[in-house]
Parts: sequence; C-alpha cells; structure tokens
Amino acid sequence: MTAPGKGGIGPPLWLLLELTYRCPLHCVFCYNPTDFAATGPELPTAEWLRVLREARALGAVQLGLSGGEPLVREDLEPIVAQAHALGFYVNLITSGVGMTEERIRALKGAGLDHIQLSFQDSTREMNDFLSSTRTFELKARVAELIRRHDYPMVLNVVLHRLNIDHVGEILAMAESLGAQYVELANTQYYGWAWLNRAHLLPSRAQLTRAEAVTRAFRERVGPRMQIYFVVPDYFETRPKACMNGLGNVFLGVAPDGTALPCHAARMLPGLEFPNVRAHDLRSIWYDSAAFNHFRGEAWMKEPCRSCPERQRDFGGCRCQAYLLTGDAANADPVCELSPHHHLVTAAVAEADRAAAAGAHRTPLIFRDHRISIAVEPQRGAPAS
Amino acid sequence: MSGLDGSARPAIAHGMRLQWEPVQEAHVLLYPEGMVKLNGSAGAILERCDGVRTVAQIVADLERAFGSTNLSDDVTAFVELALERGWLELRE
Repeated sequence: MTAPGKGGIGPPLWLLLELTYRCPLHCVFCYNPTDFAATGPELPTAEWLRVLREARALGAVQLGLSGGEPLVREDLEPIVAQAHALGFYVNLITSGVGMTEERIRALKGAGLDHIQLSFQDSTREMNDFLSSTRTFELKARVAELIRRHDYPMVLNVVLHRLNIDHVGEILAMAESLGAQYVELANTQYYGWAWLNRAHLLPSRAQLTRAEAVTRAFRERVGPRMQIYFVVPDYFETRPKACMNGLGNVFLGVAPDGTALPCHAARMLPGLEFPNVRAHDLRSIWYDSAAFNHFRGEAWMKEPCRSCPERQRDFGGCRCQAYLLTGDAANADPVCELSPHHHLVTAAVAEADRAAAAGAHRTPLIFRDHRISIAVEPQRGAPAS
Repeated sequence: MSGLDGSARPAIAHGMRLQWEPVQEAHVLLYPEGMVKLNGSAGAILERCDGVRTVAQIVADLERAFGSTNLSDDVTAFVELALERGWLELRE
C-alpha cells in the first residue's frame, strides 16, 4: 500500500546521508561525482540533525551514512545518536579507514546498528593499487573490531576487470574474516567508474568464470555465508528497477545539502535539486519539481511508454540513460528493447577485446581532489 | 514440518529489529540495509516473540487477543518460516 502522504506518493523510507566527499582512498570506481571538489561546504552538525528529524517525521526508517568516508566527520557519533534516538536503523558504509577501538565503542554506544565494510580486493597489492593507499591490513583489523563489538560481518567488494579474476581469493578472505554477508558488487558505470569504464568493464568470459567460482563457493559454505553477486548492468538484457523509481522510496542528501532522488542524480541536466539549507524535507519530497519529474509515467518515451514491463522496472536507470544516450528520459540502454542497446553491447565487445589484448593505452584516473577540480561535469562517452 | 516444539522460545534474531512505523501503519522488521513490512498477523506474532514466551503461550495469547481458536497451526507455520528466514532465533 502507499502510506499516507500526498497524491499517492509514498514516504521516503530510505534515507542516505553522504556526510562528506572527503575520503582517504582514491578508488577508480567511485560513484561520487567527478566534480565533487566544486560542490559547496559540508553541512554542519546541526543541519544534519535537523535533516534526520524531518526525514523521520516523513517516515524514513532505514538510514545509510556514507560519503566519501563518513568516519572523517568528527561529529559522526552525535549524528548516529540522534538517528538512533529517532528510531532509524542506522547503517554505516565505510572503508574502515579511521575506525579505531575507541570510535567503534562510541558508535556502538550511540546506537549504530550495522557496519558495512568495503574491500577492494583480497590481496594487499591489488587492494592498495586500486585504492592508491596501503590500507588492506587496516581493514583486516577493522573487521576484527567489527566482530569483537558483536556486529554482523558484512563485507562489500567492488568487482571489475582488474580484480574479478580474484573472486575465489576474495571469498576465501571473506570466509577467514568470519563474514556472514558478502556483496560482490560489480562496478556500475557512474562517476569515476564512468571515466575509467574502458579499464574496468570485465569481459563476458571473466564474468562467467567469476559467477561459476561464486556458485561453487556458495554450495560449499552453505547458509552460514550469504553471497550476493551483482552483475554489471551492461550484461543484462532488462534494466534494473533503479531506486524503485526515482522519488518513490529513496532520498539522498549530498555533503553540501543537495537533496537527490538517487545519489548519482546530480549529473542529470535541467533539474534543479533543492538544498536542505533552504527547504524543509517535506516540501522537497512532495512538492519540488526535481523530485516529481520522474515520478509516474508521463516522462517516459517509447519503447518504455507502451511497455508492459514499465511498472516493474520504471524504464531502468535515468543516469545510465543520460550518460549513454544524452537524454535521461530515454529507456535505459541496458534494455534490449532500447534503440540504444548497441551502445551497451559495443562496450562489452570492447571489454572482451581489451581483456584479450591485456594492457591499456590510457591511464586509470584515481579519484582525487586535484583531478576533480580539473574534470568537467560528466556527459558524453567516456575516454576509451 | 520441522516439528517445532510448543515449548520453544522464539526471539527476534540478533541484528534485527521489530518496530511499529506509524507512517506505514505497520510493523516492520529492520536488518542490515533491508526492511520487511509485515502484515497485521505477522506483526502480532513477532511482537510476542520475546525469547521469554513459549510458542504455546504465544498461541494462547493470540487466541485470547483475537477471540479466536485453533491458531496453533498458523502460528507454528509462521514461526517456522521466520526461523528459516533468519528473522527469529530460539532462546534457551
């Protein structure tokens, strides 16, 4: 059912606060905007606390705290405490850098429900290379802290061409850390990952092998370790129901207070995303043009408009449609019914060729403040 | 049937949280990065799974609260499903 609200619009059940774009890592697949350095100052504590109160009153109940690296915010503990007191289920999404015994104890005391720890790879070398820092041992220590403080062990590993062949080692590492849930999340192509797509998109053969390894591992360990394997959209023939439709359940707030119906939506042209400094969340969620724009079906074009599956997948991902076709109202080209589907199959064919050929001409672009100042806001095709 | 004993004491599983959401007018079960919205009967059963009451006591309590009889099979089946899904765990 759609809960009380306005005009059939349900409540924003999922709130994601990207507390900061600052991050000690420099991951090549980061989905943060490539021009993050050009965004305004971070919201101060009191504003985040107000956002939490307003969101909870609207019915938000699942809370993600991410970034950037949320641990760089020194006020993370009071933010968690306020969220907990309001009745949120509080998830911290972290690389683990900055986590100490002292902080995890304070966060637990403040009511943090869950920690999702991200790994780049199981081998320190690859991990350090891909994040451009020497952090692997630190992460293993953080995993130990997570276990000692009685949190479920939930690991997230982002996969791509450069590490997907290590999926067996990654799962073995996860098992040795006592992981209960492992998300093998293949990179999706937004932000920095879009810039680096030509390096990161795996070949079909790599993906097939990784899935087979994962299946065999899953059968061996049984239910004590839940493994989720998220395929890159580009290998699908139907699009994901991205965000369950923009403006339906998800509300994100960027570090500078910009309210977003998807954490990547900032790139969409022609939409003026309201800022929580200037507007209350209720009016942002129910009344703002930006949040209403992709609600319902009026915005859809063919083939979505007359598609029997439009209520299931909402035409897929608006950001992907924009990045690949230049028009956010087009069908997500991942869909084989899209007239632009060839853009996706061409990228996969290129990945197959590149994986076979080995090394790549253009360098990887690491997420970096200095580079972020220099790059243009994203549009058009990525460098190949 | 796994043959759940009437003397078993189910409790909301570790890491999960059951709470009433006024905006959704429903109980929800919250877990890491996920949420299940429960229907009325599921909510009424889970609400009573406190690790103290036995399944038999929960059945009796629900029959009293809803002026009903013969709820045992339905409640047991739901508790078994919830155990299987990891929503509930049994306490000593």
